[in-house]
Amino acid sequence: MSIQVILAQALLGLNVGVFYAMLSLGLAVIFGLLNIINFAHGAMYMLGAFIALIGYSFLEKWLGVSIQIGFWASLVIVPLLVGLLGVLIERFLLRRLYELDHIYGLLLTFGITLILQGLFSNYFNVSGTPYPGQPESLSGVVNLGFMYFPTYRLFAIVVSLIVCFATWFFIEHTKLGSRLRAGVENPDLTQAFGLNVPLMVTLTFAFGAGLAGLAGVLAAPIYSVSPLMGADLIIVVFAVVVIGGMGSIMGAILSGLALGLIEGLTKVFYPPAASTVIFFLMVLVLLFRPAGLFGKEK
Amino acid sequence: MFKHWKQGLVSAVATASLALPLLASAEGLSDDKVKIGVLSDMSGVYKSLEGPGAVVAAKMAIEDFGGEVMGKAIEVISADHQNKPDIGASTAREWIDTKGVDMITALDNSSVGLSVQGLAKDKKIITMNTGAGSTALTEEQCSPYGIHYVYDTHALPVGTATAMVKNGGKKWFFITADYAFGHSLRDNTGDVVKSMGGEVVGNVNAPLSTNDFSSYLLQAQSSGADVIGLANAGQDTVNAIKQANQFRIVQSGQKLAGMLVFITDVHSMGLEIAQGLQFTTAFVWNQNEETKAWSDRFNKIHGAMPTMVQAGVYSAVTNYLKAVKEAGTDETEAVRAKLGEMTLNDMFVKGGKIAPNGSMLHDMYLVEAKKPSESESEWDLLRVISKIPADQAYISMEESKCSLVN
Repeated sequence: MSIQVILAQALLGLNVGVFYAMLSLGLAVIFGLLNIINFAHGAMYMLGAFIALIGYSFLEKWLGVSIQIGFWASLVIVPLLVGLLGVLIERFLLRRLYELDHIYGLLLTFGITLILQGLFSNYFNVSGTPYPGQPESLSGVVNLGFMYFPTYRLFAIVVSLIVCFATWFFIEHTKLGSRLRAGVENPDLTQAFGLNVPLMVTLTFAFGAGLAGLAGVLAAPIYSVSPLMGADLIIVVFAVVVIGGMGSIMGAILSGLALGLIEGLTKVFYPPAASTVIFFLMVLVLLFRPAGLFGKEK
Repeated sequence: MFKHWKQGLVSAVATASLALPLLASAEGLSDDKVKIGVLSDMSGVYKSLEGPGAVVAAKMAIEDFGGEVMGKAIEVISADHQNKPDIGASTAREWIDTKGVDMITALDNSSVGLSVQGLAKDKKIITMNTGAGSTALTEEQCSPYGIHYVYDTHALPVGTATAMVKNGGKKWFFITADYAFGHSLRDNTGDVVKSMGGEVVGNVNAPLSTNDFSSYLLQAQSSGADVIGLANAGQDTVNAIKQANQFRIVQSGQKLAGMLVFITDVHSMGLEIAQGLQFTTAFVWNQNEETKAWSDRFNKIHGAMPTMVQAGVYSAVTNYLKAVKEAGTDETEAVRAKLGEMTLNDMFVKGGKIAPNGSMLHDMYLVEAKKPSESESEWDLLRVISKIPADQAYISMEESKCSLVN
């Protein structure tokens, strides 16, 4: 077993890990601040990839005017659009369920997932449509010494890491972040200080959804865009959140990255276990640290 | 005693009255028409290589046949099997039981093909499988009514693997689609490689419709193999080859062998990536004037040039209708017997013979994807390197494991 092989698979694992981290981060933010288990998170990721694809390949055909939204524009527009959908979902659907048990929010968001998947399956190829909009400037290959690595994948890793740590910094170390956390801790008291808690909640949900949308755009050039791409990932991402600890921001980021790495390395040492190793770890964590590695016991 | 006797008489009469219409239908057509079912992957990985294009090909065959046989109408129905054997079998059952379908074709995906052929065997309906590859269709699970028309996993490696081993590709690593077809293709290719003095150094199974082959490709790269054999098809092959290009696998000295590649795959990858890729096919659209004329018509309707399996559907439907006409009935045994006697000649096949095990024996071609500079038009993608005669490509009746042969 050469060190090159291990490094190569580890890097690919990290590539997967950043997507785990971005998605589990969004889930953790939403759960931490809203106490909603957002099953529609995978669908938001899928939606992000699809909006990018539609903007690039289909808009012109559908509208009949010469218009194409490129990759760089998508990186900005798509998270905003998906975030906007998040606002609508929170404002008109989820808000009615806050008084009820978690399970209602989970059921609602699961339903939203099924609707979105069904809609897209109806019009698009289930096995995936390639996204051709990867920018020329990122289409090359970088020689890392131990392997050749596509420039775009490196770019996706770097962008995702920046976004993840910026989010963590924002929530844990800024004034606005501390207000958000206060709103979660004690909504009534925070409101009494003159802060608009319902607005904060709406924006938080939108932010989480936008993060998933951004992950979708970043994933589009690597994987084929398919209606089921979110469903394939969301189960793993839930396991990541459970391992990291529900509601822990740093826990979600670190466990996402670590689990991607572990999955990659499992492919070197015992490939058949690669798809189950995360769930095996989840069982262990639930047995010995039910609140997750970074979570606090309540 | 008397009671038993009476019962026996009643049941005998009942049986006879049931049998009568069957006897009557031995001449002429059941339900006064011939109905052909195209059961294919209409939405998944194999959509572009068979799918809606197979329906187009079947309709063209009927049109060219004159739209009717023995003065009766010919109909086509189609459905999506979603690559699921249970959905394939239940659709086929419904077609046979309630819609009067006389022949089922396409059946891409070996798992679906095997399950539908098994059902059709019990129901005594002819299947003409153009899309699936597994040799089990004509070997272990052969059926007196099952015909395997275009290619199989024995024919594919004979050309490709032989050529590659001869050129120094001795050590092989396989990336295998994890279901009946992939396993069958991998094993048959491995046999060819070993018989030529080569060696199989490793294998990894990837699920059907894998998006990211990168980690499998790196495993293959680190195995030290000369050749990475892609025992998969359709979008899977395209993804694997594209990603191999991204990770500079070929540039680092390993060769890729696409064990089942279709012209649509080469088209979707582009010659820049696909150039030099060698593979085995049953049909090249611009091989001669006859194939070109047909393919241009197909392209006008379908919007893409035909793959070998789509062209195969045209040929299968045409020859089925010929057999019905010559037999003077659509009764399964008679039509199958007639198909076995015929020598198949049309734009797709020259001098083809359907063997007792259901394998349609015909010549195959080893082709290579052209360099971008050699291509004269959008679909001018392939160059024929050599012809693989039918007796080399397909399992001989002496070697066959099919119970119908020996």
